[in-house]
Amino acid sequence: MPKDGGIGASTKRREDVRFLTGAGNYTDDINVRGQTYVHFLRSDVAHAKINGIDTSAAADMPGVVQIFTGADFEGVGGIPCGWLVTDRHGEPMQEPAHPVLAQGKVRHVGDPIAAVVAESLEQARDAAEAIELDLEELPAVVNMKDALGDGSTKVHDDLTSNLCYDWGFVEENKGAVEEAIKGAAHVTTLELVNNRLVANPMEPRVAVGDYNRADGEHTLYTTSQNPHVIRLLMGAFVLGIPEHKLRVVAPDVGGGFGTKIFHYAEEAFCTFAAKAVNRPVKWTSSRSEAFMSDAHGRDHVTKIELALDADNNFVAVRTETLANMGAYLSTFSSSVPTWLHGTLMAGNYKTPNIYVNVKAVFTNTVPVDAYRGAGRPEATFQLERVIDQAARELGVDPIALRRQNYVTEFPYATPVAVEYDTGDYNATMDKLEEIADIAGFAARRKESEARGMMRGLGINNYIEACGIAPSNLVGQLGARAGLYDAATVRVNATGSISVMVGAHSHGQGHETAFPQVVAEMIGIDAEQVDIVHGDTAKVPFGMGTYGSRSLAVCGSAMVRATEKIINKAKKIAAHLMEASEADIELKDGNFSVAGTDKSVAWGDVTLAAYVPHNYPLEDIEPGLEETAFYDPANFTYPAGAYACEVEVDPDTGKVTIERFAAADDFGNVINPMIVSGQVHGGIAQGIGQALMENCVYDDNGQLLSASYMDYTMPRADDLPFYTVDHSCQTPCTHNPLGVKGCGEAGAIGSPPSVINAVLDALNSGGHDVAHIDMPATPSRVWAAMQK
Amino acid sequence: MTKITMTVNGKSASGDVEGRTLLSSFLREDLELTGTHVGCDTSQCGACVVHVNGVAVKSCTMLAAEADGAEVATIEGQAAPDGTLNTIQAAFQEHHGLQCGFCTPGMVMTTAALLKENPKPTEAEVREYLEGNICRCTGYHNIVKAIMAASGQEIPAIAAE
Repeated sequence: MPKDGGIGASTKRREDVRFLTGAGNYTDDINVRGQTYVHFLRSDVAHAKINGIDTSAAADMPGVVQIFTGADFEGVGGIPCGWLVTDRHGEPMQEPAHPVLAQGKVRHVGDPIAAVVAESLEQARDAAEAIELDLEELPAVVNMKDALGDGSTKVHDDLTSNLCYDWGFVEENKGAVEEAIKGAAHVTTLELVNNRLVANPMEPRVAVGDYNRADGEHTLYTTSQNPHVIRLLMGAFVLGIPEHKLRVVAPDVGGGFGTKIFHYAEEAFCTFAAKAVNRPVKWTSSRSEAFMSDAHGRDHVTKIELALDADNNFVAVRTETLANMGAYLSTFSSSVPTWLHGTLMAGNYKTPNIYVNVKAVFTNTVPVDAYRGAGRPEATFQLERVIDQAARELGVDPIALRRQNYVTEFPYATPVAVEYDTGDYNATMDKLEEIADIAGFAARRKESEARGMMRGLGINNYIEACGIAPSNLVGQLGARAGLYDAATVRVNATGSISVMVGAHSHGQGHETAFPQVVAEMIGIDAEQVDIVHGDTAKVPFGMGTYGSRSLAVCGSAMVRATEKIINKAKKIAAHLMEASEADIELKDGNFSVAGTDKSVAWGDVTLAAYVPHNYPLEDIEPGLEETAFYDPANFTYPAGAYACEVEVDPDTGKVTIERFAAADDFGNVINPMIVSGQVHGGIAQGIGQALMENCVYDDNGQLLSASYMDYTMPRADDLPFYTVDHSCQTPCTHNPLGVKGCGEAGAIGSPPSVINAVLDALNSGGHDVAHIDMPATPSRVWAAMQK
Repeated sequence: MTKITMTVNGKSASGDVEGRTLLSSFLREDLELTGTHVGCDTSQCGACVVHVNGVAVKSCTMLAAEADGAEVATIEGQAAPDGTLNTIQAAFQEHHGLQCGFCTPGMVMTTAALLKENPKPTEAEVREYLEGNICRCTGYHNIVKAIMAASGQEIPAIAAE
């Protein structure tokens, strides 16, 4: 049994008390003395030339402080993209300008045209209605295939076309893949859509800019997953503010799911405007505004081919994808369909030949970027769908077909440039068969059929690359930042500890789980350890939380810093006990001399560090504080097997999730309760994608799903209890905790099993349906049954 | 501007509001009770649920002036004065029924209304009652589990792990 508060214990979350009593401190809860409010006037058309903006009447409205337009941002940098993708021909991607406020043209519904700063939010809104716009509407480009057609309207007039890049991976493998497909015994082909989603963390985005003329320091309070990254991007690329004059604070953040990674125009605006009007400026997004200004996710259209030999061994995979970038390149947008997608096309299988082609396309829609899983759900969905379809075409068991093709020896270098360090895919499938009671499915189907329902079972595997990322590798691939992380362990005189971490917790429970690691290493009570995060003035450095990286990367930095602390503390303890440092042992918070009964407590050593009366001052400095940066040697590779059972109503096409099971291998686990919670939430989002969620534009680029009335997210009564298990553990071999990351798995692993289950149900009912696009709404399922 | 007075968490509170001021804004901005959250603008998400005269309402969908003279209960008044969590709050912590915490105040206030109406709800009744509260983090698994536990019932075996 793990010690409570130590590694492996389901310690209850300490952050819960403030959240349960209304004492959380979210960005919208922050008001700064003298604060003004900004309301953005946003484009209500998808594409137009701005012929004029008349703000004169609005400027005279009550309470208006100042009105800004794109002209005020001439000479200011644009919102940057963090990843330069090089195309198949060695050319850099096309990278359009992305001004803070629109200049010359608007390119999507929601593109900000003007910003009214006023004494109150209501006054700002009222004045925005008095701004007179002269917009010359242009044809909108919405469909990606149309956008790439000859003579298509261009989203950006200064680019050669709407093609951002045409990426081939691995380009040298293209010929071999063609040959393998030609020579294959069987080829299964699917064309499918990975539907456009909106992340929808429950807390809308907020930004508060403040400027202190006395010392020239800017402060931005913002709903971010990575305050240091915002400081870097906004300071260096947009506003030209050096780091020591820019503080970014991300306090309690109400969910992120990727959409709060990116640097947004509203953050730059509030920071810029606070100096311009010499008062704090606050923006709080409405939910409707969030739908048209938060980066969206997914939105791929794909053709995938799976080639098998006569013995049903996979011999080749070839995929062609159109990936929607929206109107501008958001922070990580270019990397999602390429390096976070193409590199995962081997899945859990030893397919020898793989070629991935991705064309990224500009359209008159909101920018698209990382959403929980980011590229890996898109890879998993197409691969696990095509495998299931191949099994159906060949008349073989889908589990057996997968098992036959598993990678079983590790490390394994895939044909798509990554090396899996550990895994045991048969073990997770065994566990899944057990917890999902696959053997009992036939009886359950019979029971459903007796009630006139069709019942289906869908299974799939997934693998993901987490713990982004080795800096030297991603640098070669075009990343414009390092992706290490940092932690500072500050031990106070009385032995209590503050750990400043570059990761940011917005639901993941770092404030509980991270201290479990430090407490275990030193052997003290976890209550003595606090985590500090979310403020560039308090935390020396960090790259934030995304890509299931917090524990694998930042946690590793924390371990390294704690090791340095222990080493120094041992030196102090050796001095106090007049012993050799080599003989000092640390156990349960006590330093002892091996083979003797001499010992000093943790608190004696920490006190000596700060009251160095009896202290080896000639050898070591007083104080006890250490920092470590950790740059991972490889990605981590969580993997698992998921099973979904659905009932489909033959009269209405309504799909009900009856059972859902997930067997994951996350390597070592620090807090199993938190890990299960992460998987639950991911599964719900994956089921949401598979059955309900869809971001819809009409042909004119109008966003039709712009509120919770139109964009369907799962409610409690849409979902069952899930059975989750993470007892299959093959520890990561290259980080000190042996952890892999668990934040995205549920969202990556669940959509294919849901769709596979729906198709199994339909086929069991005599409907020969090869594929159904997500979301499998009742109308789509019903239509599929009528064919 | 209209002067309004109401009892909030047992204490008298008054302020001057515009006709269009929402109860959620009055609580958050005037009374600085920022535990009540606003997550949407269409009355869908339920993060803003409070009790007005003992009934759960979405405070973003009620004008502050309409609550003039009412008894209002918010998340800030749920724990004991010494900070001890009430049964529902304690169950949410015990069963990890919250992650980012943003929907949590609304979930707790909705649960209080549910258990007042129906002290021993079935799993299906819990799920149906939560229809007006969206959580994006937990997949509802641990919320439903916490509510079953708060009602003093056995947790279904499938949810117990």
